[in-house]
Amino acid sequence: MSNKIGFKLILAVGLTAIIIIGVFAFFNIQRQSNALLAEVERHANQLSETVISSTRYDMLLNQRERIDKTITSIGKQQGIRSVRILNKQGEIIYSSQKDDVGKMVDKKTESCYACHAANRPLERLAINQRTRIYRTKKDTSRILGIITPIYNEQSCWEADCHAHAKDKTILGVLDVTTSLAEADNEIKRGEVEIVIFALAAIVALSFIIGSLVKKWIDKPVNELLKATDQVGVGNLNYTIKEKSNDELGKLASSFNIMTQKLSEARLQLFQSDKLASLGRLAAGVAHEINNPLTGVLTYSSFLLKRTQDNPELQEDLKVIVRETKRSREIVKSLLDFARQSVPKKNNLEINEIIEQAISVVENQLTINHVKLEKNLDKTIPQIIADSNQIQQVFINLLVNANDAIGKNGGTITVSTSSLSLSPYGIVHIKGAVCPKRHDLIDSEFKIEGLPSIKLKAKFNGREEVIHLDPVYGRRAHKYLKEIDVNKKINILCPQCSISMVEENSKCPKCGSPLFSIPVPNESNFEACTRVGCDFQRWESVDEAGKRDFIEINISDTGCGIPKDEIPRIFEPFFSTKGQKGTGLGLAVIWGIIDNHNGTIKVESELNKGTTFIIRLPIKQK
Amino acid sequence: MSYRGNILVIDDEQVILNAVKKICSAENYYVEESPDAKDALNKLGKKKFDLVLCDIMMPEIDGFKFLDEIHSKKIESPVIMTTGYSTVENAVTSLYKGAIDFIPKPFTADELLTSLSRGIKYLEIQNNIKESERFNRNSTLLYVPCPSKYYRLGYATWVSLETKGTAIIGITDLFLKTIESVSDIQFMKLDEEIIQGISCLQIICTDGQMHQVIATVSGRIIEINEELVNNKTIVEKDPYFKGWLYRIIPNDIDYELKHLTPCSSDRI
Repeated sequence: MSNKIGFKLILAVGLTAIIIIGVFAFFNIQRQSNALLAEVERHANQLSETVISSTRYDMLLNQRERIDKTITSIGKQQGIRSVRILNKQGEIIYSSQKDDVGKMVDKKTESCYACHAANRPLERLAINQRTRIYRTKKDTSRILGIITPIYNEQSCWEADCHAHAKDKTILGVLDVTTSLAEADNEIKRGEVEIVIFALAAIVALSFIIGSLVKKWIDKPVNELLKATDQVGVGNLNYTIKEKSNDELGKLASSFNIMTQKLSEARLQLFQSDKLASLGRLAAGVAHEINNPLTGVLTYSSFLLKRTQDNPELQEDLKVIVRETKRSREIVKSLLDFARQSVPKKNNLEINEIIEQAISVVENQLTINHVKLEKNLDKTIPQIIADSNQIQQVFINLLVNANDAIGKNGGTITVSTSSLSLSPYGIVHIKGAVCPKRHDLIDSEFKIEGLPSIKLKAKFNGREEVIHLDPVYGRRAHKYLKEIDVNKKINILCPQCSISMVEENSKCPKCGSPLFSIPVPNESNFEACTRVGCDFQRWESVDEAGKRDFIEINISDTGCGIPKDEIPRIFEPFFSTKGQKGTGLGLAVIWGIIDNHNGTIKVESELNKGTTFIIRLPIKQK
Repeated sequence: MSYRGNILVIDDEQVILNAVKKICSAENYYVEESPDAKDALNKLGKKKFDLVLCDIMMPEIDGFKFLDEIHSKKIESPVIMTTGYSTVENAVTSLYKGAIDFIPKPFTADELLTSLSRGIKYLEIQNNIKESERFNRNSTLLYVPCPSKYYRLGYATWVSLETKGTAIIGITDLFLKTIESVSDIQFMKLDEEIIQGISCLQIICTDGQMHQVIATVSGRIIEINEELVNNKTIVEKDPYFKGWLYRIIPNDIDYELKHLTPCSSDRI
């Protein structure tokens, strides 16, 4: 569970949510409780002012009892804990709690400290400096106390009682304490609400993220995982069916393409491997079988010689000799197949080879009432190939076509044509040099199997070795370090540091200067100096045009090949001819065409016919 | 029929030894058997054999090593090689290492016997040469050797390289002397490919024997000697010039020349 990407994402999102909501909640609670406290404070302050002004006349008239009554009645109000009036010496003169009257308050206690810091009462203080919040015991609710000084006024020193002298500034203080129980409850409720909100938000967020992750990531990733497992155990035919249009969908598509390519490559490899091991097997078999066959053939042919006066025996012996000779031919063809030597190539006219092959099988075709149609392109150029092997290919294919048609007659069509494929991305730049003829080819550093072109790049005063892709137009260059794609670089010879950049020439794509590498027997190879620009030009190759192939099609109107057998027909020993064939014919053909760097493929429709398409390269530079 | 010669057959397969013995005995050869090359070399040290028939694929000492051995021991019995793994390379290497003939397995009784009869004839000629040398009778020429610019494969066929890159191939006089008079020749077709070490021509003799002629080099036939087709006896009269067989375009002459013997080395 904890290893799942969905869980990790939820965890990450949840943690982020907790932090954000937590911080938000903390400040929110802080702000709310501050506001609440300020409100309580303001209220207490107002109360203090009210007490002072309501007791003012009583004070002036020195009506002590009235003052006491007023304070007691105010002190009884809900939420007010005590109302006390202290004189300058710190003695409690009036109090809503009667026990306190006459007690002294220590001026050095914290509640008094703000004014009495320098042992001398200050005259004016802001409200927040006059308030204090404290607890009497640990488990009781908090208490807010506010002290309001009572200032000396003209009416005070002129009053009849003459209790206060004119030079005093402060006559005493009013101390009101209120309980914060209600405010604290309010704050606590707010806290609980916010925590509940935060938890609900986190759960909802995680749930939404979780279900989306499941839909968008978990499912496609699991599908991919399943597919890789399938491919891992060798099932290369597995494809991912449900695909979204996001990156994971693209990943699934490219995964499908990859497995398909892999399966093709495996088939190819399998085929080559099979052919190679078959070659070894054939060589061994040929040797082992030829010895006993020699026994049969020598004895039977010897008997044939000795029994010339016995015609009955002669007939039987002739069968033995004939059949043994046939076995000899089969083993020989096996050996020929096993050797499949490097083709001995000459210039040859493919049409001529086809005509020769036709002349070999012509009689057979006539017997089967097979019509042969030729669409030979007389203008196709010569190719370099082993005429013997190529002829064998055509004879085998024609014989196969004839067999496929059977005795009821049909048509075989043989056609040749030439076709061109673009040189861009195909042609190999061989033997590049610098203008001073230093060899630039680096056989040590290969790009996709071919020696790269080694150059020195200079930019920002820095020098760097770069390796250019030697295939025209492919651009799989290798840099030691990443270079900014918009960088224009100076290209130098790594040996003599001669610059190869041609300042006068301009890239037709981006206008940057081009660099130019001389190639022997060809025109200079040119490319753009801007790293990200894909412009390349190689005039002589472009002029030579596309790479040419000859295509030969041999089609018949025979029985066709079932779809499920098509992938297997080039396998050795795969035969549909039963006793008539060895199953080697098409395997040999495949090997020969492969040896000539050509390709062969087959298209077939059951009961309609089969077409073999062969492509052979025309002489390349 | 009179006694024709003694033969040593070397093969690790008993059935082949038996078969060869049976066939040869019926044709008045005396046959001895050896299961391996070591035993054969022993026998050859003690006794002279007219011909040796030797398999290539054998345990311990194979056919090629055997050829080297008898060359270094100066045993003069001509050797005919045979193998079940009858590749072009095996055939050509055998001939280059001094074997006089190569018979691919499996062979028929007739194929074996024609090869043996040529071998016996070859030995006779060699013996005659030695005899005439001994008596200093240089006047009698037993066969015409190849012109010195030619190359030969074994002793049977030659090739002459022409200036324009083509080559002509033909049969040596010595080969013709080992067979009876030519009554017919079966040629290959124009444009067909001949392969070094593999039969490219059949000669049918007046005694009814059919002899396979092994191609000297590989290549494509571009011309068949019309004169020879019309008059088969030319080959016997002038085997090196008018009696050539095919004009060919060689496939890989540089490689194949390595297995050929320059005829100039024959004239010391």
